[in-house]
Amino acid sequence: MTADFLLSLAQAITKGLLTGMVYGLMALGLSVIFGVMRVVNFAHGEIMVVGMYLAWMGFEYLQVSPMLSLPVIALIFFGAGYALQRAVISPFIGRPEHQQFLLLLAIAILLVNAYLVVAGPDSRGVQMESQFDSYELGPFVFDAVRVHAALTAVVIAGLLWLFFTRTRTGKSIRAAADNNLGALVVGLDVRRLYAFTFGVGAACVGAAGALMITIIPVTPFLAAEYTLLAFVIVIVGGLGSMTGALAGGLLIGVSEAVAGLLLQPSLKSMVSFGILILVLLLRPQGLFGKSGP
Amino acid sequence: MSLLARLIGGVPARSLWCLGVLLVLLLVAPTLLGKYGLSVLILVLYFAFVGQAWNIMMGFAGQLSLGHALYAGVGGYIAAGLFFHYGIGPWAGVFVAVAAAVAAGSIVGYLGFRFSLAGVYFALLTIAFSEFTRIAFDHWGWAGGSGGLFLKVDATSDILNLRGGPLLFYYVILALAAGTFVLCRALLESRLGRYWLAIREDPEAAQAVGVPVLRCKMIAIMISAALTALAGVWNAFYYNNLFPETAFAMGRSIEFTLAPIIGGLGTLFGPIVGAVVLTGLGEIFTDLSEVFHISGLKQIFYGLALLVIVMYRPAGVWPWIADRFGFGEKRR
Repeated sequence: MTADFLLSLAQAITKGLLTGMVYGLMALGLSVIFGVMRVVNFAHGEIMVVGMYLAWMGFEYLQVSPMLSLPVIALIFFGAGYALQRAVISPFIGRPEHQQFLLLLAIAILLVNAYLVVAGPDSRGVQMESQFDSYELGPFVFDAVRVHAALTAVVIAGLLWLFFTRTRTGKSIRAAADNNLGALVVGLDVRRLYAFTFGVGAACVGAAGALMITIIPVTPFLAAEYTLLAFVIVIVGGLGSMTGALAGGLLIGVSEAVAGLLLQPSLKSMVSFGILILVLLLRPQGLFGKSGP
Repeated sequence: MSLLARLIGGVPARSLWCLGVLLVLLLVAPTLLGKYGLSVLILVLYFAFVGQAWNIMMGFAGQLSLGHALYAGVGGYIAAGLFFHYGIGPWAGVFVAVAAAVAAGSIVGYLGFRFSLAGVYFALLTIAFSEFTRIAFDHWGWAGGSGGLFLKVDATSDILNLRGGPLLFYYVILALAAGTFVLCRALLESRLGRYWLAIREDPEAAQAVGVPVLRCKMIAIMISAALTALAGVWNAFYYNNLFPETAFAMGRSIEFTLAPIIGGLGTLFGPIVGAVVLTGLGEIFTDLSEVFHISGLKQIFYGLALLVIVMYRPAGVWPWIADRFGFGEKRR
């Protein structure tokens, strides 16, 4: 154990924590949708990749930094998510899981191939000046883009927390998630709340996409991997738990970065799946979940 | 005789006649169809066969597996590896392949069922094992690693080593599909089949009335894994190449689930009808997108078709056809 090794390990861990915050934001969207509607969004990664493409297009054609286009993308995603839930997903709530799975799979296939047609199979990334910047703290060096992305993710997660605990709509959504029938009885418009929730979940994942593009270039084929990654994170943290999604994101971010350092980089997702299997078997409600599945 | 009587008991004579005609048509199909037609029919039978195998897990016993590529991949790789490295032909290798897939299925099943994972949670466990194995095979030299494993393409017919043209593979997959169809019918008519349906409808009630739930689920995953491994072996020798990226891909697992879901989960004909619909749509859309020269267009049509089917026929196409034309197989 040389000092050099310890330093690079610490670097990997901090890098993992920063990326993990963005992962957490992505998983938050999935968790919110499942926690409220009990619908498993099998098109989650595909929806995020749309966000990555929009941010890339904004940068490429309008010279707008992804950080600035983020609020616009989140707003568009909220509207699109609301509409998608209302028009397509709503009748599937409460139906058998395999039917929901097939529905969202069809949506995922449509999305992936839509951007294959529009943007082609090539990898698309943004080249920003801040990508060469870094912050130094003693022996540590932090990539500026990762720090910005992680901080933005924290702010968005904080806003989401305020929304769910302080606003009337947010509280109503939690009430509907807790007790659907009770919410209907006291006169909440549960269908509208569900659409709102899907919109919020989509906005989260769209924002995560805008942040992700500053770290990693995008290809259509990344989408399925991100769907799986979001699932791993959410299950590890606890499906339906907001803190769980964030903590799961951090854990998987760190495990990926450390595995990439200690093992071959191509083995890094094996570690994530290993963690998933262990959590499923030993603590299926997730590290931060309250009750069993 | 009693087995045969049980197999066809209660089936309307009209349906039996239709089945007989269908079987004869399939037997003589290679003489009626050209090269292209035969290759499409081979695909239909392949998807019908793996669909039937998956349907035992999900349609009969109610356990959602999204990681069946694991069994096909393990089976295909082992049979192909034994042939490639030691010259052991697939007719012998298939036993090792099936045994390994059953072992893999037992591990996944035991862990999942013992820790009582259900629904999405069980599905994620199956995905995790399949992905885990994919990455392991990526790094395993014996199996060729990420560079893939290639079997020598041999046009001379050598049935002992399952080498030959499409005709050979057609009759092998036809035999597998037909055999599995009969097996599924027999399973549904057996005590085990009734237990599965009870577990699917209400696992707690089934447990309460004394159904050996864990054992029944284990048998379901073992049979399903064994059949899927056969499909994997067939697939490896038909296409002569194997890559971890495709053999264990989640996309492969999803492919296996589509025919039974679209055709009608838990029905005998569902996987067959679903395979016809899917392969037919796939071929039509391939032709269509060639007219427009846009890559990805085929998949967009495909996605739209899936969307329409699941929105308007969520229980599957076959129950709807059966109701309309009075073939009388209901979802059990």
